[in-house]
Amino acid sequence: MNLSQQLAAGGAGEHRALIITLFAAFVAATLGITVWAGRQTKGAEDFYAGGRQFSGFQNGLAISGDYMSAASFLGIAGAIALFGYDGFLYSIGFLVAWLVALLLVAEPLRNSGRFTMGDVLAYRMRRRPVRTAAGASTIVVSIFYLLAQMAGAGALVTLLLGITSEAGKILVVVLVGIVMILYVTIGGMKGTTWVQMIKAVLLIAGTLLITFLVLLKFHFNLSELLGAAAANSGKGEAFLEPGLKYGATATSKIDFISLGIALVLGTAGLPHILIRFYTVPTAKAARKSVNWAIGIIGVFYLMTIALGFGAAALIKPGDIEKPGNTAAPQLAEVIGGGAGSTGGAVLLAVISAVAFATILAVVAGLTLASSSSFAHDIYVNVLRKGEATEKEEVGAARWATVGIGAVAIVLGVFARGLNVAGLVALAFAVAASANLPTLLYSLFWKRFTTQGALWSIYGGLASSVLLVLFSPVVSGKETSMFPGADFGFFPLENPGLISIPLGFLLGWLGSLLSKEEPDARKYAELEVRSLTGTGAH
Amino acid sequence: MSSAPTRDPGTQEPPDYRQVQSSAEFARLRRSHRSFAFPLTLAFILWYLGYVLLSSYAGGFMGTKVLGHLNVAFVLGIAQFATTFLIAWWYSRHAAARLDPKAEAIRARLEGAVTLEKDGA
Repeated sequence: MNLSQQLAAGGAGEHRALIITLFAAFVAATLGITVWAGRQTKGAEDFYAGGRQFSGFQNGLAISGDYMSAASFLGIAGAIALFGYDGFLYSIGFLVAWLVALLLVAEPLRNSGRFTMGDVLAYRMRRRPVRTAAGASTIVVSIFYLLAQMAGAGALVTLLLGITSEAGKILVVVLVGIVMILYVTIGGMKGTTWVQMIKAVLLIAGTLLITFLVLLKFHFNLSELLGAAAANSGKGEAFLEPGLKYGATATSKIDFISLGIALVLGTAGLPHILIRFYTVPTAKAARKSVNWAIGIIGVFYLMTIALGFGAAALIKPGDIEKPGNTAAPQLAEVIGGGAGSTGGAVLLAVISAVAFATILAVVAGLTLASSSSFAHDIYVNVLRKGEATEKEEVGAARWATVGIGAVAIVLGVFARGLNVAGLVALAFAVAASANLPTLLYSLFWKRFTTQGALWSIYGGLASSVLLVLFSPVVSGKETSMFPGADFGFFPLENPGLISIPLGFLLGWLGSLLSKEEPDARKYAELEVRSLTGTGAH
Repeated sequence: MSSAPTRDPGTQEPPDYRQVQSSAEFARLRRSHRSFAFPLTLAFILWYLGYVLLSSYAGGFMGTKVLGHLNVAFVLGIAQFATTFLIAWWYSRHAAARLDPKAEAIRARLEGAVTLEKDGA
C-alpha cells in the first residue's frame, strides 16, 4: 500500500542501508567542516556573523540553502501533486517575496546592524523593551519554522527508513537534533554557512536530475507533462486550474488570499534569513547575495513544476498520502525505474539523503538565529544591560543553542501529519505581522517611536499566534493538530490577512498616540548609516 | 549645492548625523533610493496580488487554454517568475549607477582617515 510497507516487505534492507550510508557521509563531511570552522571561531563576530568574510556568491548560495527548506522540497512538491495548480502558488509567493528583501531591507540592515534583527529594530528606540520584543518574536517565528522542518523529518523517517516503531522515530529525531546542535555550537555561523552551501548544491543537483528525468519522459514538452498529470490525477483539467484546494467555498478563497499575502511579505521578516546579510563585508555584497539567491531559488521553484506535476503524472493515484510530504522521494523511485529496480532504489536513496540534509541544514540555521537573538538581544543587552564580556556572550549563545535544540527535538517528536509547506506559511505570517512592520517603519519613517515598535511587534505576534491557535490548523477538522477537539472560531488557516495589516496599523497608531517624541538624532544616525554604510561593522 | 560635512581626520568625535541628514547631497541619495524602490515595491505587490485574486475569483479566465494543456494561470505564474528576475536586475543596475557612487562619496568623507584603520581591524 504505502511505500514504507513496501520497503518493509521486500528488499528494504538494502535501500535503507544505502540511504543511511549516503546520509552518514553527508553528516561526516559537514561535521568535519564544522570542526574546521570551529577552530577559526574565536569571538562574537565569528560566532554570529562568520567573520563577515563570505563573498556575495557564497552567501547567496547559503541563503538559498537556508531558504529552500523541507517546505519547498517536500511540501510544495506534495501540495502540487495533490492539488495541482493551487500548490504552485507557494513557489511563486516564496520567490516574489525576495524583492521586498532586495529593494527595502537587505542593504540597510547590513549597513546598520551587527548580529541580529534586534540591532536594527532597537537602534532608535529605548533598547531594553524593544530588544526583548525582537528576541521574543525571533524565537517564536523560528520555532514555528522548526516545527515545520521537524514535521518533515518525522514523515521522512517513517516512510524512507521503514521505521514504524515510536521509539525508532524518536531516536532518529533526537539524532537529527544532536547533529544540528553540534553544527551550531562548534561551527557557529561559519560552520553553519558552509553546511548551507553544501546542502544547496546537493539539493539543486538532486532536483535538476529528477527534473531532467521527468522532462525526458515527456519529451521536454511541458504541455504533455501537464496533460498526463491532469489525466492521472483523476480530476481532469481542473487539476491545472486554480481552485482545487482553495476554490471550494467563499472562506477558502479568502484563505488563499491570506496565504498569498503572508508568503510575499514574510521573507523579509524571517530572522534566520536576515542574519545571513551580516556574513558579508558590505551592503553591496549583501545585494549581490540576494541576487544570487533570487537566481538560484527561482530556478529551483521552476523545477517544482516538474517535481509536483511529475509526481501527479507518474505515481499511481492514491499512493501519495496526504499531506503529501513524501511525493518527491516517491517520484524519485518511480522515475528511477520503479519499486524493486536498482535505479529506483538508488534515486530514492539519493533524494532521501538530500531531503534529510535539507532538513538538518535548515534546522541548524533556525537554531542559530534564535540562539543568537537570545544571547545578543536578551541575555547581553537586557539581562546584563550590555555589560557581558564577549566570551560570556558567545558562551550564552552556545548554551541557548542547546536549549533551543532540545525544544526542536521535543517538537519533532510531536509534530506530524501536517503539510510542511502549510506550517512554514504560518511562520511567514507571524514574521510578516510581527517583524516586517517594525523593520520598515524603523528604517523609513521618522515619526516611529518605541511605543509604536512595541505595539507592532507584540500586537502582530499575539494576533497571528492566537488566530492560528483558534483556526482549523489546531482544532475542529480531521486534519487539525487536535482533531478530537473544537475550540476554534477563526475560519482561515492562515492569519496573514488580519494580522499583517494589524501589525502595520498598530505601529502607526502606537507612534501617533505616543507621549514621547521620536529620537530625531538617533533617526538621523540610523538613516545616514543605513543608506551610506558609514560606520558599518 | 551644500554637501555633507567633512570629518576631521584624527578625531574620535562621531560625525554630526543630523547635519548630514539635512544636507542636499544626502537628500539626493535618499530620493534616488525611495523614488525607485517605493513605487516599484508597490507595483510588484499589486501585480502579485492581482494574480492571486484572479486565481481566486476568475477561475474561468485562468483556465483558458493557451497552448496545449498550458492555460492562462500557468502563463501568468511563469510571468511572475520573469518579472521577479527582471526587477532584481533592474534594481541592481539602478543601485550601481545611482546609489553606490552617492553613498560612497558621503561615506568616504564622513569616515575620512578612520576607514583605513578600520579595514585593518
